[in-house]
Formats: sequence, structure tokens, C-alpha cells
Amino acid sequence: MGLLSAAIWLPIAVGVLLLALGRDAYANAVRWIALIGALAGFAVTVPLLTGFDTGSAAMQFQENLPWIERFNVAYRLGVDGISVWFVMLTAFITVIVVVAGWEVITERVNQYMGAFLILSGLMIGVFCAIDGLLFYVFFEATLIPMYIIIGIWGGPRRVYAAFKFFLYTLLGSLLMLVALLYLYFKSGGSFDILAWHKLPLPLDAQTLLFFAFFAAFSVKVPMWPVHTWLPDAHVEAPTGGSVVLAAIMLKLGAYGFLRFSLPIVPDASREWAWFIIALSLIAVVYIGLVALVQQDMKKLVAYSSIAHMGFVTLGFFVFSELGVSGGLVQMISHGFVSGAMFLCIGVLYDRVHSREIAAYGGVVNTMPRFAAFAVFFAMANAGLPGTAGFVGEWMVILGTVKASFWLAALAATTLIFGAAYTLWMVKRVYFGDVANEDVRTLSDINSREFLMLALLAIATLAMGLYPKPFTDVMHVSVTELLKHVAMSKLN
Amino acid sequence: MNSMNWLVVLPEIILVTMTCAIAVLDLFLSDPARRPTFWLTQATLAVVGAVHLLFFSGGATMYGMQGLVVTDPMGHLLAGCAAIATMVTVAYAQPYLASREMLKGEFFALTLFSYLGVSVMCSANNFLVVYLGLEVMSLSLYALTALRRDHAVATEAAMKYFVLGALASGFLLYGLSMMYGATGTLEIPRVFEQIATGKINREVLILGTVFVVAGLGFKLGAAPFHMWVPDVYQGAPTAVTLLIGAAPKLAAFAITIRLLVEGMLGLAVDWQRMLIVMGVVSLVVGNFAAIAQSNLKRMLAYSTIAQMGFVVLGLSAGVVSGNTLSAANAYSSAMFYIVTYVMTTLGTFGLILYLSRAGHEAEELADFAGLAKRAPWVAGVMAVFMFSLAGIPPMVGFYAKLAVLQALVTTNVTAYIVLAVVAVLLSLVGAFYYLRLVKIMYFDEPAETAVIARSRGVSALLALNGAAVLVFGVLPDSLMTLCRDAIVKALAT
Repeated sequence: MGLLSAAIWLPIAVGVLLLALGRDAYANAVRWIALIGALAGFAVTVPLLTGFDTGSAAMQFQENLPWIERFNVAYRLGVDGISVWFVMLTAFITVIVVVAGWEVITERVNQYMGAFLILSGLMIGVFCAIDGLLFYVFFEATLIPMYIIIGIWGGPRRVYAAFKFFLYTLLGSLLMLVALLYLYFKSGGSFDILAWHKLPLPLDAQTLLFFAFFAAFSVKVPMWPVHTWLPDAHVEAPTGGSVVLAAIMLKLGAYGFLRFSLPIVPDASREWAWFIIALSLIAVVYIGLVALVQQDMKKLVAYSSIAHMGFVTLGFFVFSELGVSGGLVQMISHGFVSGAMFLCIGVLYDRVHSREIAAYGGVVNTMPRFAAFAVFFAMANAGLPGTAGFVGEWMVILGTVKASFWLAALAATTLIFGAAYTLWMVKRVYFGDVANEDVRTLSDINSREFLMLALLAIATLAMGLYPKPFTDVMHVSVTELLKHVAMSKLN
Repeated sequence: MNSMNWLVVLPEIILVTMTCAIAVLDLFLSDPARRPTFWLTQATLAVVGAVHLLFFSGGATMYGMQGLVVTDPMGHLLAGCAAIATMVTVAYAQPYLASREMLKGEFFALTLFSYLGVSVMCSANNFLVVYLGLEVMSLSLYALTALRRDHAVATEAAMKYFVLGALASGFLLYGLSMMYGATGTLEIPRVFEQIATGKINREVLILGTVFVVAGLGFKLGAAPFHMWVPDVYQGAPTAVTLLIGAAPKLAAFAITIRLLVEGMLGLAVDWQRMLIVMGVVSLVVGNFAAIAQSNLKRMLAYSTIAQMGFVVLGLSAGVVSGNTLSAANAYSSAMFYIVTYVMTTLGTFGLILYLSRAGHEAEELADFAGLAKRAPWVAGVMAVFMFSLAGIPPMVGFYAKLAVLQALVTTNVTAYIVLAVVAVLLSLVGAFYYLRLVKIMYFDEPAETAVIARSRGVSALLALNGAAVLVFGVLPDSLMTLCRDAIVKALAT
């Protein structure tokens, strides 16, 4: 079994084991097994990075087994400089999520941990699949555990949020399924994504395919105006669910744009780039303003996620190396930072059981260590230089300037809005006098919470100060991708 | 063609002999659990199923009874699957019927007779044999529906089933008689040849086709010929609902292929149009009406209508602009769909049977509230079935939908691609009510705490059923290839 298969199936196997054997009676054993599974899953992904050849744009660590020969579908896996980081990121966040749910989840622990581990394996599968149908199977299968997670452990309106999440994303992906089948037919019966990259297509077919992919991926990213499921899902999901949603699930959509839309339908992508850019800018500016007026912390971070993801899609569709790598860096950094933001909210929620900004005030007085972390992550979210949040935004803005100065100027407003909504929240929640009795009796974070926040803080800082390893790995793959985009497939 | 070739009807001979023997033997039994009858029935079905599958793996096409019946891989695969489905049905049904004093010898005899009908339908090579098999099967099912004769709802369902079923059979027979009048033959291959000559009056043929398609639509349960489905599914004792919903669907599919494809392929342009309308209407009616149901059996009835819509759509993509190149692809996708659908249906109704206990039918959606807390395994298996019906990978239902959509898209005709998009959007509507059951089981609080009576054998079978849906989901290739080979051979003759 190859490394990628191990990275996919190890967490799934542990998850299934937990589902099958776990009982709340020995919840502690379940937690430890889940942690060991998550750590082992992460350990498997490390050799991917150390053994990665940064000089090659080809798919590496390839595995190829026949799967459904009737339709010429193969179990085809591989990673390039674009996807390798996300495999690691997913495995890393899974460890954090298991730690985050340690004491908080006391009911049906085995199902909770099992669902997250299975979800982790499936998401890694999405990033590794280079067969269209395999990609789709993993992409869709992630809906099931997430639906269960939101529905069982979520907040008061969890059922509504779970349904909205599931049906919204299913709608998009079903249209993509038809597109995949059309490509299967056009390519003479192949689901190989790399073969599709070379497939010539007329412009009208490209346009339809582009919008089918757009339906699937824009919902997942999510882009304005199909973003409305995200605030609901985030608010109602348990902390771990929000973290996985923000840190990884949203990336599945953005990743899809890079793997499908840009290389398979380059002409339509160029033709409709203005459309994506417009939607991205609306997300950045308008959603940034919406975030400003939120009363609910989780909602605020959810809207901030949409704005940040707007940056990612903007970077992709200016078709420059800075833009695309910037978008990718932004995706990774957003994985760390938004994950951490949701963890911080979770820490407060576990103690006070409220997500309202107004329920807090002066938290720094009772939880100084925690407040230090929270303020740091808020700064990263606002794009403070030196943190991971800055690098991606800066690269995207630089990339956009080349395309058009005014677009870049508009995009750069995020630095203002991002700072405004994040710091205003920080001010109201953490600073000032102790506002009420709840806050007065808060206890500071314990070593478990310290550990998970510290891990993310280190990652955020490291990426902010020295992003070169990240961009180095991406470089060749991104240039190769842009070559594809530049070449017309019409003929 | 003109020899008797008794070997061809070997499964039917075994069946008739054993059914009569079981019916008589049962009269002398005093065991209320009917163990000997139960095991003999299972053994008979197992032997017949094995014979069918053996013939299937032989792969040969033979004619028997002077051309009245045919033995080909498609018929044997469907009949073999139907035998397995009937075995599973009987196993699920036994504890349910026993706790309601309905476990009489008649149940077993009639079940075997209905399977006899299925077997005959699968190997029919003649209009009259098609009709004969259909009637043997249908009459047994009508009687079974009324098994609980002092129960008003069940009796009403049986009457409705009988009257509408008889009407459908009449349609079919009328259509077939028109075909006979126009072509002068009852043998399906001869009919095909006659139509191919192009000398037959087309108007008569098309009028006949309309009636044949309507009759088949009734038997498949596709809209707008679906009115009996919800009432019968809900009204019949759940064990019988399962019997109606499983093996007969395979048989209905078999005669659809025999009549429309093997007999009337020359008229494909006309019946395909009818099938497209039926498919879309089924998807709309089934999916939207299912949302409004609070009774699970009724909801599943509407879901069946929607699922049949997909099967019918798969059948409608065989002949594209006069070209039969994509025929094998399209028909095998429909066949794969119906086989996997039966696999899933067995599980869903089996679970309803499993959760019902003396004096309580677990057929309202509310009965499933919080099931995940009361019995996590049972809820897990049910969730697998629901996700499969909704077409979410990695359950087998996804690949069934994929195969049909693939058949539609591969035609490369804009209208068919639009059809694929429409089907996909309507299956999104369908996902809602399947998800709702998952929600009720997983997110709601349990309303009752009654312990679920566990029978170890049935539990194991249910787990196996759920595992099959999952395993064929991860590795669907073998079953897909079997269906394709069977259809290719059926088309070649």
C-alpha cells in the first residue's frame, strides 16, 4: 500500500473501528485510540513532504489500480505541489480536532471521534484523487459524516443547519456529476483528470462545463451569493465541526477550481474570469461589511471566512503565479487561523455557553493566557505582517495589481475591514472591564487547550515569518498549471 | 427451436413439484412456527436459484417447449436474483408473521407460486407465456395482500390491487393482441422480424405499443400508472409489501426487456418517447409526494415510484437516432439499477419488519425517533440504506444513478443531457426525505423505550444486507459487468 492510500485509509479504519466497538462506558479509551489514530494519520503524511521532489510538476507518489472497469474508473492517486500541503493540513487539523473535543464531548464519544476520523480520511482522498469519479466519490462522501456531526452535536438550530449544508452542497455537486460524465464521454471513456487536462473542447461546451464546476465549487468555497449555508452551519456546528469546515472543507471547493476549472476548461475560465473576480470582490468587500455588524462571534468568523476565501478565488482567476500561489498560501494560512479562531470561541463557549459578543467583556482579566492567544489569532486574521494571514493576502494583492490597479485597490480594502471587524470584536470580548458575573468566574485555559492553541500559533507564526518552504513546493506545479491555462484548447 | 428441450424449464419443474409438495405437507404439521415448511421453502428457492445461476454462468441461449420459453443469461440472472430476494423476504417475514398469527402454510405456497410466475416471466419467449407468468405472479400477490382477511385496510388494499392490477393486465393483453393481429405471430423473435420487414401497418403497431407500455408501467409502478403503489404498500402486511416490492420488480423488468427490446426494438423511437415522459413524471410525482408522507411505508412507496423513474429513463436511452450502439450500455444500466434497488428495498422493509413487534407496527416515521440511541447498529444499517436510496457515494445506489446518467449523457443528444440534469435535480428533492429519516433516527430524542426484540438470525441477515449495499458500493464492478454481459447476450439473439 502506498503512502497516500495509508493517509486515506488509516484514519478511516480507526474511525470505523471506533464506530463499531466504542461505548460511552469506556469513553477514555475511545479518546486515546482516536488520538493515536489521528497522530498516526499525521505521521504517515510527513514522508510525503520530506520525499517530495519540488523540481517536478508531475503527480508524485502515484498509485494506480483498476477499480470499476466497466466505466474505466481507476483508483488513481497522486499529489503535486498544489495538493501535498492540504494532505498534511488535513491530517494536522484532525489531531487538533480530536484534542479539542477531549473533555467537551461526553455523549456518543465514539461516534463523534469516529465521524471526524472518517471525515479526515475522505477529505485527504479528495486532495489525492486524480480520477474524476474517485474525486467525486470522496467529495460527496464527506457530506455524510459532516451532516451527522452538525446534526447530533450542534446547537439549537442544528437540524436546519445540517439539512441546509447537505442539500446546498449536494445541489452543486450533482451538476458537476453530469459534467464529469460529459467529459467521460468526450474523452472517449476515461475518468483520468490528467487526460482531461489535454482534451480539446469547443467553447460552448467549455462554458457549460465551467458553470457546472462553478456550481459545485462555488457552493463549497463558498462564494457570494451561494454562501448562506455557511454561517448557519458554522454557528450550529460543534467547535470541532466548525474547525474542520473552515480549515479544510471550504478548501475542497477552491482546490476543485484549480484541479478542474482552470486546466480542463481554460478558455471558458479566461472568458468568465471577470465574473469570478467580481463575485470574489463582492465577497471581500460586502461580506466584510456584513461581518462588521454581527452580534454572534461564530457568525462573525464565518463571514470573515467567506471574505478570506474571496481572496483565494480572486488570486486564482488573475492567472499569475503570484496570484495563484498567494491564493494557495491564503488557503493554508486560513486553515490555521480560522481553525484557531473557532477553537478560541469554543473555549469561551464551553465555559459560558454563549456565543454572543455582548455576553463577554474583559475576559483578559480572568483568562490572561488565553487572551494572549486569542488576540494573536485575531491579529493574524486581520492580516498582520509576520503572521500567516498577511503573506497570502499580500501575494494576492501583488498579483492583482499586475492585472488591474483598481481591482487590487478594492481587494486591499480587506486589510481595513478585516482589521475593523476582528479588532472590534477583540475589544468588546477581551478588553475593558469585567462585564458580568460569568466572566468574573472564568478559569484560564488548561494544558490541553494550551497545547492545541500553541500548536496552531507556532504554525501561524512560522508560516508568516518564513513562507518560502510553502511557496517552493508549489512553485513548479503552479507554473505548470498556468501554462495549461494559457494554452487554448479550442480547435 | 421446435424441440421440447425439457432442461430449459428445469427450474420451473422443480418449483411446481416442490410447491405442491409443501402445500400438502403443511396440512399435516402442527408446529405453529412452521419450521419444516419454512426450511423446505428456503431449500426449494435455494436450489432453484442455484440452478438459475448455474445456467447463467453457462452463458448459453437455448429455446425450449417448442419456442415458448428461452433460457438466456439475462433471464437467469434476474431470476436468480429474484430467488435470493425471495429467500431473504421469507426470512425477514417469518418472525413478523409468526407474532401475528399469519404464519400459515398458504403464505409459503403462495410465495412460491408468485416466484414461479417470476421465473416464467424471466424466461418467456412468447406473448402468452409473458401473460401467463404475469398472472401466476399477480394472482398469488393479490391473495397474499389479503392474508390478514379480518383487517379492513389490508382487504381494501387487496381489492384495489386486484382491480387495478387486472386492469393493467387487460391493457397489456389488449396491446399484445393488437401486435398479434398486426404481425400474425405470438413469438417474440418472430414479432421482431415482422416489424423489421417494415411492411406492417405502423399505426396498429403504435397503438398496440401504447397499451403494452401502459401495462408495463403499471407493473413497474411508474407514474402515471402508479396509483396502486402507495395504497398497496401501506395497506398490505409489511411482509407482503416486501414481497411485492422485491422480486416482482425484477420480473417486470425482465418482461419489459423481452417485450419492448427483444420484440419491439423496431418501434423504439415511439416507446422511448413514452418512457421519457413516464420517467420524468415518476421522478416528479414520486419525489414530491414522498416529502408529504408521515407513514414510512407510504413514503417508501413514493420513493419506489421515483426510483422506477430512473430505471425507465435508463431504458429510454437505448436507441439514438436509429442507432443501437448504446443499447447495451443503456439497458444494462437500467438492469443494474433495478437489481441494486431491490437489494436496498429488501433492507428497508426488512428493518421495518425487524422493528415491529406483537401489537405494534413500526411504520410511522415517529417510530424511528432516536433509534440511534436505542439501537445504534440498526440505525446505522438503516442510514446506509437511506443514503443509498438518495444516491450518495459510497453506497451502491450512487453507482446505479451514475450508470443511468452515464447512459443518458453518452447519447450525446442535447435533449438527453438536459434530461440527465433534470433527473439529477429531482434526485436532490429525493435526498431531502431520505435525509429526514436519518435526521429522525440520529438527531431526535427517542419517543419510546421498548426493547427491540432481537432475533439473531434476522439481525445477522440485516447486517449482511447493509454490508452488501456498502460493499457493492465500494466495489461495484463485478455486478455491473454481470449485468452488462447478460444484456449484451440478450441483445445478440
